[in-house]
Amino acid sequence: MGDGKKILFINRRGPYGTIYAQEALEVALVGAVFDQKISLAFIDDGVFLLRPGQSTVGLQMKQFTAAYRALGDFEIHRVYVERESLQVRGMKEENLMEIVTGPDGGTRNLVKVVSSVELMDVIHSQDVLLND
Amino acid sequence: MLHTVNKSPFEKDSLNTCFRLARPGSDVLLIEDAVYAALAGSCFEPAMSEALARYSVFVLKADLEARGIDSGDLISGVRAVDYSGFVDLAVKNDTVQSWL
Amino acid sequence: MSLEYKGRTLETDKDGFLQDMSEWSPEIAEHMAALDDLALGEDHWEVINYIREYYEDYRIAPAVRILIKVMGRRLGRDKGGSRYLYRLFPHGPAKQACRYAGLPKPTGCV
Repeated sequence: MGDGKKILFINRRGPYGTIYAQEALEVALVGAVFDQKISLAFIDDGVFLLRPGQSTVGLQMKQFTAAYRALGDFEIHRVYVERESLQVRGMKEENLMEIVTGPDGGTRNLVKVVSSVELMDVIHSQDVLLND
Repeated sequence: MLHTVNKSPFEKDSLNTCFRLARPGSDVLLIEDAVYAALAGSCFEPAMSEALARYSVFVLKADLEARGIDSGDLISGVRAVDYSGFVDLAVKNDTVQSWL
Repeated sequence: MSLEYKGRTLETDKDGFLQDMSEWSPEIAEHMAALDDLALGEDHWEVINYIREYYEDYRIAPAVRILIKVMGRRLGRDKGGSRYLYRLFPHGPAKQACRYAGLPKPTGCV
């Protein structure tokens, strides 16, 4: 358990327009199953990934962003959203889906809105950075 | 002419380029990630409001729904259309320019 | 690959997972299990139904460790343990149960 690397997945694109965010999420979940210390950051258009109320019936695509709500099951407990990216896009904190830890870890919301300065510290404390 | 744009205005300049080069009176249809340009309250709203004075701006409903955007979240004046509305716009206009 | 069932040909991947989830029915699950010499009982169905619900909620099929954890939470420790699940699905609970459930291969399963 102790020798997992600290890996930050940086999501900077929205869902469905490209496949990148979906692939990054799958890699993050696999990494978590293999005991890596995974964190996720949502920056720029990446903040749109966490917008609730998505329905892909019309697009006939898989609504892969539902899996973000399972992050707690995968022991991924560090989810950061950059406040500056939200503001520029007319998004508020309440426009983000909640990701709860689940009954084992209480029902704390894992989604943490942070400033650029706070995110800078997160980025600089990682072993590996992966970009979508 | 119908102009379609499919890139987020926060990522790429396609929509600004469209607004710079489309003749007033044109139809502009936002699809895929370009629908984020119609979200009220963003830093892109002033540019969109200005464009609405010159163009008819449409957004594709399926792309809004996929992204969790309701009609109430849109800048007023932007109209949502379904796929058949998309076809109508394409039929009504002789030429389609896709700003990718 | 494919699976023959009542005169129909269902497309599968190389490990026998259905390509088109919408073709699934409980009878197909029973049929797949019978081909593995396994009769599905209530306990098997509890797991299969739970996995299908999980997929409905999150659009992912849980890997075995995740399955053990969430099943334990949901059904109590005696039913969530890995020994219990391996006894029900000897080929590996996540893979085998997901296949019977008509879902894709579990995420994080290599």
